[in-house]
Amino acid sequence: MLLNIKDLHVSIGDKEIIKGFNLSVNKGEVHAIMGPNGTGKSTLAAAITGREGYDITKGEIFFKDELINDWEPDKRASEGIFLSFQYPIEIPGVSMTNFMRTALNAQREYHNLPPIAAGEFLKKMEEKKKLVDIQSKLTNRSVNEGFSGGEKKKNEIFQMAMLEPSLAILDETDSGLDIDALKVVAKGVNQLKSEDNAFVIITHYQRLLDYIVPDFVHVMYDGRIVKSGGKGLAVELESSGYEWIKEQFGA
Amino acid sequence: MTDEKNEKQVLHEVTSGEYKYGFFTNIEADQAPKGLSEDIIRFISAKKNEPEWLLEFRLKAYRHWLTIEEPDWALLHHPPIDYQDIIYYSAPKKKKELSSLDEVDPELLDTFNKLGISLEEQKHLAGVAVDAVVDSVSVKTTFQDTLKKHDIIFCSFSEAVQDHPDLVKKYLGSVVPYTDNYFAALNSAVFTDGSFCFIPKGVRCPIELSTYFRINAANTGQFERTLIVAEEGGYVSYLEGCTAPMRDENQLHAAIVELIALDNAEIKYSTVQNWYPGDKNGKGGIYNFVTKRGLCKGNSSKISWTQVETGSAITWKYPSCILLGDNSVGEFYSVAVTNNFQQADTGTKMQHLGKNTRSTIISKGISAGQSNNSYRGMVRVGKRAENARNFSQCDSLLLGDKCGAHTFPYIKTNNPTAIVEHEATTSKISDDQLFYCQQRGIDMEKSIGLIVNGYAKDVLNKLPMEFAVEAQKLLAITLEGSVG
Ligand SMILES: Nc1ncnc2c1ncn2[C@@H]1O[C@H](COP(=O)(O)OP(=O)(O)OP(=O)(O)O)[C@@H](O)[C@H]1O
Ligand SMILES: [Mg+2]
Repeated sequence: MLLNIKDLHVSIGDKEIIKGFNLSVNKGEVHAIMGPNGTGKSTLAAAITGREGYDITKGEIFFKDELINDWEPDKRASEGIFLSFQYPIEIPGVSMTNFMRTALNAQREYHNLPPIAAGEFLKKMEEKKKLVDIQSKLTNRSVNEGFSGGEKKKNEIFQMAMLEPSLAILDETDSGLDIDALKVVAKGVNQLKSEDNAFVIITHYQRLLDYIVPDFVHVMYDGRIVKSGGKGLAVELESSGYEWIKEQFGA
Repeated sequence: MTDEKNEKQVLHEVTSGEYKYGFFTNIEADQAPKGLSEDIIRFISAKKNEPEWLLEFRLKAYRHWLTIEEPDWALLHHPPIDYQDIIYYSAPKKKKELSSLDEVDPELLDTFNKLGISLEEQKHLAGVAVDAVVDSVSVKTTFQDTLKKHDIIFCSFSEAVQDHPDLVKKYLGSVVPYTDNYFAALNSAVFTDGSFCFIPKGVRCPIELSTYFRINAANTGQFERTLIVAEEGGYVSYLEGCTAPMRDENQLHAAIVELIALDNAEIKYSTVQNWYPGDKNGKGGIYNFVTKRGLCKGNSSKISWTQVETGSAITWKYPSCILLGDNSVGEFYSVAVTNNFQQADTGTKMQHLGKNTRSTIISKGISAGQSNNSYRGMVRVGKRAENARNFSQCDSLLLGDKCGAHTFPYIKTNNPTAIVEHEATTSKISDDQLFYCQQRGIDMEKSIGLIVNGYAKDVLNKLPMEFAVEAQKLLAITLEGSVG
């Protein structure tokens, strides 16, 4: 099993946000997590990736059968967990090229590999840029600085392609994308998808799921999964909305 | 412990009581006893076989120094400096004449290597002529042949005094007079060596000139003197970099750098400063009181200062430009990093005297730990300076909440046509940025290094290539352990 989350409780400060969350993800699977605003989807992603301030008060996160509750974020990343951020961050003065090389080499160092050769690195950049249809002028700029909303999202997928994680969490990567960009993102994901990795896709819309077909759809509400099903569940949600969930599970 | 005590005892016996004149005429001594007096100055001057006028210059400076007090306006705190507890002259133990780099003190080479730049590399790869100063006496001067071809003079200050006394006499103290400030007076009295560079009319120096300094012997204050003159249409890019091995006692450093650019001449002066900053608890470290000033004497001349300041327990330094010639240009690009208990009070002065003079100031202060980092700048526009322009950008970045960043911009304009713009920002390194980097596999310290280097990029870009790489490493190293 790639990811196994058991009875997870996460608090930010005194406020409990994730309240008994369970999920298991196997290699080769695509899971979609849907749910109303503010139910804790991004918080879950932050907890899995080890963000400071997101305190696990109860429960376990296992990744590749290891308990990772206390791992540093960079260790989790190097072990293969990638997060496509809902709101990608700008880092002024740091070129995308430099950023990617630093990240790639940091992960290689973690695995006791020598730094990637310059030529090989540039080749890889070119290859992956094509994959997500990203312009060279973007990678010459500082990380996300002055990128449009859609460009930022594509840039996340580009980074995912460069780092080749075994578990990718996409937090609303489809929000704010036009239909062409959406297809590009989906294409990126589908090309990277293999028997050895898995995707957790957080989304509000089933349209992305037309292009990336999920094996499981989970509905999250108030910090936990309240319903799971197949692809059909996403279609159902699209037409019925979340009212019924709020009625059934709301306080 | 007992050895050290004995040594102190002996030193005390030798140095206490009235100095006997005869003692200092012992020109064979390779170290002056502790303390400062006219006799010591005569000793230094004799040691260096100086002409009478230079001894007079020193003595006048010394007598002036006695009448003034240490400045206290900077945002710096340190225990009082005992100027009588300093050795003002020491020569390195020279075993034999050095004919190749292989013969250079391996410890020195090691220090260069730690910086990531060996003399060897510099010489072969970068085409840099190196004038290394170890404890006040030049050890090595290379690439003289290339320079000779262009009639460029680049030598130690002592050599210049012997070989080009007229040039030295003409320009010494012409930009920084010994009356300028306390530390300038001190330096003028006791300076031991440094570099001299002269670019004749119409010559563009084809290589970057570089000096590596090192403070070596304990208790040795180092008083460098650098003088660079570019005649009409001349150009030179000069690199200054320095490092010191770990030291427990505070060491005083009071250098003077004077630059003179005549008509259409350009001088680019870059510094990477990483002297020992003291330990994590603020013990030890170098006190760095430097007076750097450039005179744009000629029309359309240009002087550009770029500095990366990461070291020293205390930095007191304001590389400045006097824009005397019409259409002359002054620039100041600075990154100053302080960590632990370091204190930096640094900035620049741009004095606009000529017409259509322009100046640019970009200052990036980065503070971490419990350090204090101040930018102190002055832009002054004189009556005659029609259409003077200045743009200043002073940014501060804070890491953590125990450090301080301060900005003191002074603006004085006496000409209504002047346009002076000042922008300042203070920011914190954001958790979002750090997490974003870490999520890509980059550990906390490397992430900080990356973000800080990005922040300082506008200044680092001004450095010559090989220096920029070194500077980037330094920024990251300086901030190690500053967060988390
Ligand atoms: N740093 C924080 N401090 C306090 N509360 C927070 C913080 N971050 C998130 N929350 C709260 O936690 C809850 C869950 O937020 P989260 O961002 O995980 O929701 P989400 O499911 O991703 O929503 P959306 O669909 O709008 O992206 C919200 O009520 C939010 O206000
Ligand atoms: Mg969210």
